[in-house]
Amino acid sequence: MATLWTGISMEESFVFAGFGGQGVILTGKLLAQAGADYGLQVTWLPSYGPEMRGGTANCTVILSNEPIGSPVVDNPTALVAMNLPSLDRFEKTVAKAGTILINSSLVARPTERDDVRVLNVPANDIAVSLGNSQAANMVALGAIIKATGIISLELIKSTMVRMLSHKDSANLIAVNQQALEAGYSAL
Amino acid sequence: MTGNEAMAEAAIRAGCRAYFGYPITPQNEILEYMAGHIPAVGGAFIQAESEIAAINMCYGASAAGVRTMTSSSSPGISLKMEGISYLAGADLPCVIINVARGGPGLGNIAPAQGDYFQATKGGGHGDYRMIVLGPATIAEAIELVMLAFDLADKYRVPVMVLSDGMLGQMMEPIMLPEPVDPTLLPAKPWALSGARGRDPNVVTSYFIDPGDLNRINTQRQSRYHQIEENEIRYRETETSDATIIIVAYGAVARIARTVVVMARSQGIKLGLVQPITLWPFPYAPLRALSSQVNTILTVEMSAGQMVEDVRLAVADRAKTPFYGELGGLVPTPKDILREVKRNVS
Amino acid sequence: MSVNMDNMVKVFERPRSLTDAQFSYCPGCHHGLVTRIIAHTIDELGIQDRAVVVTPVGCSVIMYEWFRCDGIQAAHGRACAVATGIKRVNPNLIVFTYQGDGDLAAIGTAESIHAANRGENITVVFINNQIYGMTGGQMAPTTVVGQRTTSCPNGRNAQIAGYPIRFAEVIAQLDAPVYVTRQALYDQKRIMAASRAIKKAFQCQVEGRGYSLVEILTNCPTNWRMSPVEANSHLMNEVIRTFPLGDFVDRD
Repeated sequence: MATLWTGISMEESFVFAGFGGQGVILTGKLLAQAGADYGLQVTWLPSYGPEMRGGTANCTVILSNEPIGSPVVDNPTALVAMNLPSLDRFEKTVAKAGTILINSSLVARPTERDDVRVLNVPANDIAVSLGNSQAANMVALGAIIKATGIISLELIKSTMVRMLSHKDSANLIAVNQQALEAGYSAL
Repeated sequence: MTGNEAMAEAAIRAGCRAYFGYPITPQNEILEYMAGHIPAVGGAFIQAESEIAAINMCYGASAAGVRTMTSSSSPGISLKMEGISYLAGADLPCVIINVARGGPGLGNIAPAQGDYFQATKGGGHGDYRMIVLGPATIAEAIELVMLAFDLADKYRVPVMVLSDGMLGQMMEPIMLPEPVDPTLLPAKPWALSGARGRDPNVVTSYFIDPGDLNRINTQRQSRYHQIEENEIRYRETETSDATIIIVAYGAVARIARTVVVMARSQGIKLGLVQPITLWPFPYAPLRALSSQVNTILTVEMSAGQMVEDVRLAVADRAKTPFYGELGGLVPTPKDILREVKRNVS
Repeated sequence: MSVNMDNMVKVFERPRSLTDAQFSYCPGCHHGLVTRIIAHTIDELGIQDRAVVVTPVGCSVIMYEWFRCDGIQAAHGRACAVATGIKRVNPNLIVFTYQGDGDLAAIGTAESIHAANRGENITVVFINNQIYGMTGGQMAPTTVVGQRTTSCPNGRNAQIAGYPIRFAEVIAQLDAPVYVTRQALYDQKRIMAASRAIKKAFQCQVEGRGYSLVEILTNCPTNWRMSPVEANSHLMNEVIRTFPLGDFVDRD
């Protein structure tokens, strides 16, 4: 985990951003839930309203071992950019020495930052190879948890199974598990 | 569970058994949660034809003795103001949640604090007061919704929980309190239950004789004074050695908690006062602090509304600058820290 | 001469559901008749100890002082929403609203229609006197074309103010209401018919059948600037041409 300002608290903050429909809101919720399952303090703050319906969507997730004040973050320690507009919008905000995960299936340009770690993950291509392009968000999530090391793959998987268990689709759960694993091993 | 859903569940656990609402973003999750859950505990739910109808259904259900709630967001709260005045005038308890958004007019659906005047200074007509509670976290929102029902019953007043879109939409881990059994709550002998073996009960805010209305209103004002004496709530963070203090409520208060940590790491002795009851406002603690510090900086997501109460409390004992973001913009920790530094130097 | 009371049969008395308070209605006004008929109905059905009157804003605003039952005063136009709130949390209560044309058919149009459309198990008594009485005789949504009021001094002009709303007919278009009727009180026969209609509307609620509306054409001698007798003839000869009497919905 990163050290925050004073060393008083340790926390990692994520921005997941993409088109509406790419599942970034759900992805952030899954990470937040897993963090809570792990016993961390968490906040999950979505963009909401018209943005949800077809425009860009994003959410901010904070995981911390101290109580969280602001759920609003100036400089996230990790950005998952699922499309180009998301990279354009959030690239500059990422904290120094932070992480930018670029969905290189849909984003053609490299990042302009040289003070962050950049991960190019062809999330859509990997998801398509697993037979479900909708699972690109899970590929990205698998990759970012490995990169940050904040949550184990097993924990994310078990949280996902629990969150989706009310939807009667064993298929969906299986695909998402494979996608998380594929993202995790893509790095 | 989002903040909105958590507040709805807290209401049910507080013994709320009647909810009437109308869709408006960003509070729809309260309406939807109630639709799914309050019937399961034998409560009444109606998606009303308007916010006006919803608050008047509350007026009826509350008069019948049941713990009652409605919720909306800013434009819808404007419509409820008629009903809130009637609730106050008829001494009826009721909880109203405002998940506030940008205004005036249709504004936007982003978080905002432009409804402070409306909530704390009236909004409806006539000489009335409404208890207004401002949660900063989901845990506080749950606690304050529970408290709102108790205060509403205790003083027979409408109580507003003034939340905002950020708190309503976000999630964080919470502990839910044990549910209250509504059958064990204190009886309401004034309620409409049928005049069997007693004189008829009447619920009204209409007193044609000025002497009568004067007497009723004076009694009500004395109840308001009791509330001011007994129910003021606020939270101080790092104020004991502070030279500068932020006053903020709701979402801004929790952002300011982060700013306190940031400022102190840079050697700035920053403290925070978060008013939890916005009415009654914690004038006395702020007055006490004002002779200790140089500056009391009010931060709001508005053009400056609560700051008027802060200045009433502080007078000229300290500087009282204001920083606000309008239109649904949420100030970030850096934004607020910049204002703190500007006022320190 | 002395009268032996023991041998006499009482054929007319004050309904037990009325208090001793005096009505504040103007002389000759039909409001008093309707109020009395409702009280008589409450007596007949034996529901005084579970009746709740929802009073409007208008001449009958303090009706709760006249009925010996629980009462609540509603904001202008909101009586049906208030009644809904009460009935939903305590279905054992017999909840009725008493509303004028401004209250029910102008400012409270939405609440009135939607309570009917939800089929709330309440009774709505609608006093249609074609004018705003308490505020001093302004045009109502029911004011007939050509009728003079203080806010249409040259008579209601349909080009400017539209036409009178036939609310019973509007409500009759909905699927939920079980009993919708329009009655009048200008002669003894009509009074008896209106009494039966009011009783039937309350019975619908007691039996849990759902929403009923009794619209009653009434007079307002004061603001019509007529004697009570003239007002009755005006109702009989003029008003019923705009507002025909009869049942519009009567579902089993």
